[in-house]
Amino acid sequence: MALADGEGSSPRGARRKFAFTGFHYESVVALAGLAIVWQIASFFVPHFLFPSVPEIATRLVDIFTSWKSIGDALATGARILAGLGGAFVLSIILAIPMARSPAFERYAYPLLNFNQGIPALSWVVIAIIWFRGIEFRIFFIMVMTTLPAFTFQVLDAYRAMSKDLFEMTLAFRPSRLDLFRALIWPTVLPGILTAWKVNLGNASRVVVVAELVGATGGVGYELLQQQQIFDMAGAIAWTLVLVIFVLVVQGVITFIENRTLRYRAFAEHAL
Amino acid sequence: MSAPPEILFERVSKTFPRADGGAAFEAVRDLSFAIGRGELVAILGKTGCGKSTAFNLISGLIRPSLGRIVVQGHDPYADFAWFRGKIGIVFQNDRLMPWRTAIENVALGLELNKMPGPQRLEISASWLARLGLSGHEHDYPHALSGGMRQRVSIARAFAGKPDILLCDEPFSALDEHTGNALREEFRELLRLTGATSIFITHSIEEALALGERLMVFERPARIAFEAALRDMSEAEREAVRGRIRKVLSED
Repeated sequence: MALADGEGSSPRGARRKFAFTGFHYESVVALAGLAIVWQIASFFVPHFLFPSVPEIATRLVDIFTSWKSIGDALATGARILAGLGGAFVLSIILAIPMARSPAFERYAYPLLNFNQGIPALSWVVIAIIWFRGIEFRIFFIMVMTTLPAFTFQVLDAYRAMSKDLFEMTLAFRPSRLDLFRALIWPTVLPGILTAWKVNLGNASRVVVVAELVGATGGVGYELLQQQQIFDMAGAIAWTLVLVIFVLVVQGVITFIENRTLRYRAFAEHAL
Repeated sequence: MSAPPEILFERVSKTFPRADGGAAFEAVRDLSFAIGRGELVAILGKTGCGKSTAFNLISGLIRPSLGRIVVQGHDPYADFAWFRGKIGIVFQNDRLMPWRTAIENVALGLELNKMPGPQRLEISASWLARLGLSGHEHDYPHALSGGMRQRVSIARAFAGKPDILLCDEPFSALDEHTGNALREEFRELLRLTGATSIFITHSIEEALALGERLMVFERPARIAFEAALRDMSEAEREAVRGRIRKVLSED
């Protein structure tokens, strides 16, 4: 007899109706609450500090109805994804030999730790001095700032692989490719998805800094324009564009997570 | 001329270095035995006597420090890939992949042996049915009880029709009732498949119930005594019990 049923029959299952996007009813309530508090504040604080919610919403609509603005938003999104993609590929290239060779790890680990201590702004300055192309500068900054976290997370996910499962799979004499497909990939996948979620937030912050100083388009560039004309509603609207992008990508990752990690058991009681 | 043994150990020793740099731990010492095709051998010994190390040596997961191991004419460690599909293993714990359903877990060995999808799923489903798990094909391991999970792992080992079946205390993690029920089914399966089988246990009764031949290990793994159990009278079995107890108490 099965001890647990499909998630739809459990209270938790019922509450996860919108889980394919990671967006719950509670999230809507919390965000609506924030908007209400902001709107109330706008009645008492000067307009240039706290513009009203309708004004911000109007600016947001303006952004999404202008091809140039949509292009700027998409450019930033593409830069984030390209940077994360580059860092992810590099992290796999680094993590595999680190996992297999303690000697290599002894050299690579301190370098990654050293890298982690370098502020994003320093990478911006270095990129501007080293490279000419704006897009490559941003790509370089994104990769360098997210590489350590990606590598450590991929490495940890690989190390967390069960020795018992490894021996069991090995007993069937799989080829290297089959071993990767049957055991290693499913083992590291949860760690990789977590790494993407964590680094997505970091990347969205870094990309704005990178665009602020070097780009001629994108959310960071637009934010700089709003700052120069002291337009708070515009600054918030552009910030929201970036937040929406992050939420959409988070939703996609959560969707993938819910599809691929659906085997995980849920406890009915939370800690 | 008699047939060559299916499994041959010649003066095999295995030592493991200690992580703290201390003297190496000797798990197997000068172990020699031969097992013929189709034999069902129970290996009995106390916990920690090196039974599982001997098991890992036969399966080729580790290599001997000294001596020679030959399985079906090949070195199980050096000719690792040659044994694909030839050895089935039931471990002490079920070792099911949590991301695979019951049927996908059973099909693992067949899949790694490149059997086409529909065929391997059909075989896996028939093994699950044989072990009383019809209707649970698409359940994930977390949704199954301990006994059910161990049945799935037994099905996984048998599904590939291995020539050699290695079982490392497969019922030790189960409660007595479930273990007894599963033991009966298991003995029947071993008889039907005709595979050369090695069954490791620390239970005297389990060894006597399942084995046709018995090897009792003492620490570090070496044979203290062995006995042919087939057609043995109850009085003779009682004498064997006494001898086993003596060896285990001295060890």
